[in-house]
Amino acid sequence: MTKTVTDVICPFCGTLCDDLEVVVSKDGKNLLEVYNACAIGAEKFLQSQAKDRHTRPRMRQEDGSWKEISYDEAIEYTAKMLADAKKPLMYGWSSTNCEAQAVGSEIGEYVGAVMDNTATVCHGTSLIAVQDIGIPSCTLGEVKNRADRILFWGCNPAHAHPRHMSRYSIFPRGFFTGKGHTGRKMIVVDPRVTDTARIADVHLQIEQGRDYELLDALRVAFKGEQLPDVVAGIPKEKIYEVAETLKSGRFAIIFFGMGVTQSLGKNHNIDAAIAVTRDLNEYTKAAIMPMRGHYNVTGSGQVWGWQFGFPFAVDLSRGFARYNPGETTSNDLLRRGEVDAVFVLGSDPGAHFPFSSVKKIYGLPSVAVEPHETPTTEVCKVHVPVAFVGIEVGGCAYRMDNVPIETRKVVDAPEGMMTDEEFLTHVLARVKEIKGV
Amino acid sequence: MAIRVNLITGRSIQQGVSMEAGKARPAYTDACGIIELDPADFKKLGAFRNTNVRVTSKYGSVIVKAVEATQGPHPGVAYIPMGPWANMVINPNTYSTGMPTFKGTPVEVEIAKNEPVFSSLELVRKGCRGELA
Repeated sequence: MTKTVTDVICPFCGTLCDDLEVVVSKDGKNLLEVYNACAIGAEKFLQSQAKDRHTRPRMRQEDGSWKEISYDEAIEYTAKMLADAKKPLMYGWSSTNCEAQAVGSEIGEYVGAVMDNTATVCHGTSLIAVQDIGIPSCTLGEVKNRADRILFWGCNPAHAHPRHMSRYSIFPRGFFTGKGHTGRKMIVVDPRVTDTARIADVHLQIEQGRDYELLDALRVAFKGEQLPDVVAGIPKEKIYEVAETLKSGRFAIIFFGMGVTQSLGKNHNIDAAIAVTRDLNEYTKAAIMPMRGHYNVTGSGQVWGWQFGFPFAVDLSRGFARYNPGETTSNDLLRRGEVDAVFVLGSDPGAHFPFSSVKKIYGLPSVAVEPHETPTTEVCKVHVPVAFVGIEVGGCAYRMDNVPIETRKVVDAPEGMMTDEEFLTHVLARVKEIKGV
Repeated sequence: MAIRVNLITGRSIQQGVSMEAGKARPAYTDACGIIELDPADFKKLGAFRNTNVRVTSKYGSVIVKAVEATQGPHPGVAYIPMGPWANMVINPNTYSTGMPTFKGTPVEVEIAKNEPVFSSLELVRKGCRGELA
């Protein structure tokens, strides 16, 4: 006998789909099938059942081999490493729930850590831009019910947020968007003819790295001023046409991704994109939204926002919160050799940081709290496997539009495994003991 | 002979699925240990599809398999899905923003038929120990 759990939240990307159905065995120990999820989300659920999954912490030995250790030993090593370090880096925090993030921040305060989340290699530059000039945004519900001009700039939801277009942005029929995709105009700006670009009404195949120019050209076009014949590889007629399309809509939304945040110009590209949105509001209603990657990277920004006042790159080493991207951000700290211990939870810098940073982690005392075996666990001294948040334990997560959604537990974790929050709570208690507070 | 192209990285659905399936598994290497080249660039390089190539930038070097662009055409632009292979060669400078320059790294691509594409764990391990050529 099996039972079906409905309205399950998918813990993969920032779209945080909340309509999954998961079939589990009657005793709630095995997960059998997943419905409604995209290929990536389904894989994540099914993979939690892998037979070769690590269920106990391991420590790297002198000869390079792994030795299984108990959770108590892992807690002791972690607490001691953090308490002894002058300036530890506590990185990740995006694939876990807000409850664990809150406990982690408390540890960070006691040990004087630098707290950084995956925004640092994702939408960190967007956050800088928002602090520069603000952001006119909205929720995905508004997009579904109102938006009739959709602009994807430097993002490829067909691959990175596979259900975004069907749930919110392009295909659904909403309150004022009863015709679904036929009532919407879709524009994609990307240097490649991506699978998202293929279904767009207009694709601007921009020269890579020329986003600022094209965004500025749009602002010129809105005002009907003169443009050069070609901007960023796009003929001016096309730019005027896109500007007119955007202006003629009832509600325009700009979604942007790594194409603008990681190309040269970085936060200034986002400044320009937000300025485009602001200008567009002279003619119609317009909003802009970053396509957040991890399912709860937005949540870690929220948690630190109310705890420290800053959404990422928070340096607590002086006893109060400082924030200075370029100085207190993970990759800068690692490359300059300014941290003396690394704690990673809910992220994989080993795979997603430039190699020069990964090499620095390898040379430091380090702990990776992570359900999978990853390049990060490969370079860290201790690997602590934990339960999957959103599958084996619930907790709060924030969707890319800053809407909090409570994720659900659907299946039991393998026996004796800790959750992120439990592990951190134990580490916190031990850190307090060591520090005598 | 080597060609010069502009390298970008990013998510692909195969990267996402194989990452969740486990980065230690061969599917992850198949999904991310590749470079997508435009047919025009293949012609310039003089290589067959699915040949191993060495990608070199100012910042590093890595062996990956050259495949035809799946989301092209994009002559002059090459694509390695996000992951340890791409991160061997991208520009790590953040220019005071905290964000490494993952997109827009000038690279050279040359045929390296007989050199192997390492798995993600092997690549990172060998790199950290200084065992990569």
